[in-house]
Amino acid sequence: MVEIKKIEENLWKIEKQKKMQVPILIIASKKILEGIKRDDTIKQAINMAYLPGVLKNIVVLPDAHQGYGACIGGVAAYDLEKGVISPGEIGYDINCGVGLLTTNISKEEFMPKREKILHNLKRTIPSGVGRGGKRYSKETIKKVLVDGAKWAIDNGYGTKEDLERIEENGRMSGANPEDVSERAIARGLPQLGTLGAGNHFIDIMVIDEIYDKDTAKVFGLEKGKIGIMIHCGSRGLGHQVASDYLKLTEDKYGTKDLPDRELVYAPINSNIGQKYLSAMRCSANFAFCNRQMIMHEIRKILKEDFPDKKSSLVYDVCHNIAKIEEHMIDNKKKNVLVVRKGATRSFGPGRKELSEVYRKVGQPVLIPGSMSTNSFVLVGKKEAETISFSSSAHGAGRAHSRSWTHKTLNQKQVKDILAKKNIILEGSFKGTMEESELSYKDVEEVIKVTEKANLSKKVAKLKPIAVMIG
Amino acid sequence: MDCFIEKSKGISEIMEKKFEFLEHTADIKFRAFGKNTDEVFENSALALFNILYNKKIKEKKNYKVKVNGKDFESLLYNFLEEFLVLFDSKNFLPGRIKNLKLNEKEFEIEAEVVGDDIKNYNADVHIKAITYHNMFVKKDKGRWVSQVVVDV
Repeated sequence: MVEIKKIEENLWKIEKQKKMQVPILIIASKKILEGIKRDDTIKQAINMAYLPGVLKNIVVLPDAHQGYGACIGGVAAYDLEKGVISPGEIGYDINCGVGLLTTNISKEEFMPKREKILHNLKRTIPSGVGRGGKRYSKETIKKVLVDGAKWAIDNGYGTKEDLERIEENGRMSGANPEDVSERAIARGLPQLGTLGAGNHFIDIMVIDEIYDKDTAKVFGLEKGKIGIMIHCGSRGLGHQVASDYLKLTEDKYGTKDLPDRELVYAPINSNIGQKYLSAMRCSANFAFCNRQMIMHEIRKILKEDFPDKKSSLVYDVCHNIAKIEEHMIDNKKKNVLVVRKGATRSFGPGRKELSEVYRKVGQPVLIPGSMSTNSFVLVGKKEAETISFSSSAHGAGRAHSRSWTHKTLNQKQVKDILAKKNIILEGSFKGTMEESELSYKDVEEVIKVTEKANLSKKVAKLKPIAVMIG
Repeated sequence: MDCFIEKSKGISEIMEKKFEFLEHTADIKFRAFGKNTDEVFENSALALFNILYNKKIKEKKNYKVKVNGKDFESLLYNFLEEFLVLFDSKNFLPGRIKNLKLNEKEFEIEAEVVGDDIKNYNADVHIKAITYHNMFVKKDKGRWVSQVVVDV
């Protein structure tokens, strides 16, 4: 086992050794670190440190756990000239992400309608396996790949104000649909506007506590009001893009000296590197559009019972993505390619990438808990630039495998937790079991470390009251 | 979730395992077994089908798949991926493999897959992708073994 040195409270370091290009910085409490050490997270972070042109250090966030290739909750930055891009590092669910809608409906007004609304969500928004939405034409999908959430707004799914509240304004430029295979489009065709399965969810929550009044006001968060969070991504389209480019990269650049075949890479500047980035942005745009369309359906459902109430998007963030951003490397400002794998961007005040609504305060950082635990809204901090390439945790982080869940927990145990917390649920038996809070890390601990390590600052706590899982 | 089939071999009856599931924090990892490459590839597909749906599936639809690779691992990755593409794009829930032909020299597989439309079943697992992470296909102590981690 490699040596993990403590630098200061909540910061640990693995020095550069063997073929590692850079050291590893782990942001974790002692308790979280013990959990991280139990699976292959650290081994996978070390594999990330092998890739050419990686800069400064690999960052392991407090919700980190084992993935397939790169660890989940891992961040790496690459030199644009000498660096590489690995489709497997970014992973198959490109721009899997989270969006949060806030309303001026109070908990008291909402509770009598709770079951009906949850039921309507389940009935209206395609979720789970093989339940596709409307089938769009290839031409429409190609437009979505270029325009992302803007396509949704142009076609009546939301308002212009929403776009200012989505990372990249819901549309990554440099996305050419010609770089996306027919096969990827075929997988995406029936899936636009669908939630998917697994850990994808819609959570109805009450804004339970405000920690930072001024910022909460800017974000539109008010204590006692209802907020709705969604989690989903680019569906089969993004999965196929990742797989297509993993194979193309391997065909061209081979697998020699790789720590893990999943981490095949191409120079960022190469033809394949650039084409992958373009196809990845297309997938990200599909995901932005997908979440925007689901948000719109949610709003429509709320309108039926609350015609006079308002709702607004707080923010929509990406979890699995690569972006060119300016960061300080060796005391110099430099454009680098930041790869976030199961991580949320957490820009502090002043970043030019943020729309005017949030540029002064910093971006909302949305960190969902598990099915029955609290979720949090934080605000990005300037300090995160030097610590984590402006990244924060993306959730509670899974602690136990799905097979552990089925072996260890029983349905009554899981249902009792929900009943005790007065949370109603729509979801499959399997999903309910696997997404139980008992399978996840303690989100409160993840938030505590995120805040203490200066990655972002708590703004509000949201408590779940109704959950729909895919 | 182990799957056994009974096979009679001469006078002794032994239980032969087709596949088994292993621990992985966030995804699903399995090993499949076979006395030859045909069998290990078929059983790898059955392990994948078992993740998607582990009860009986009616045989109402069928598709032909034909894929190439440059080694056993890429052949397995490409073979298994075919079923995920059919699943997403055709709503096809696979149940069984028929007439599998594997060309070991060319790393080529042809097979038929039979199954049904997903909408007739209460399937609740979606597999996003096959991964190369920890993947192998090898002969070990006289039998073939594959290992695959799938992203769910």
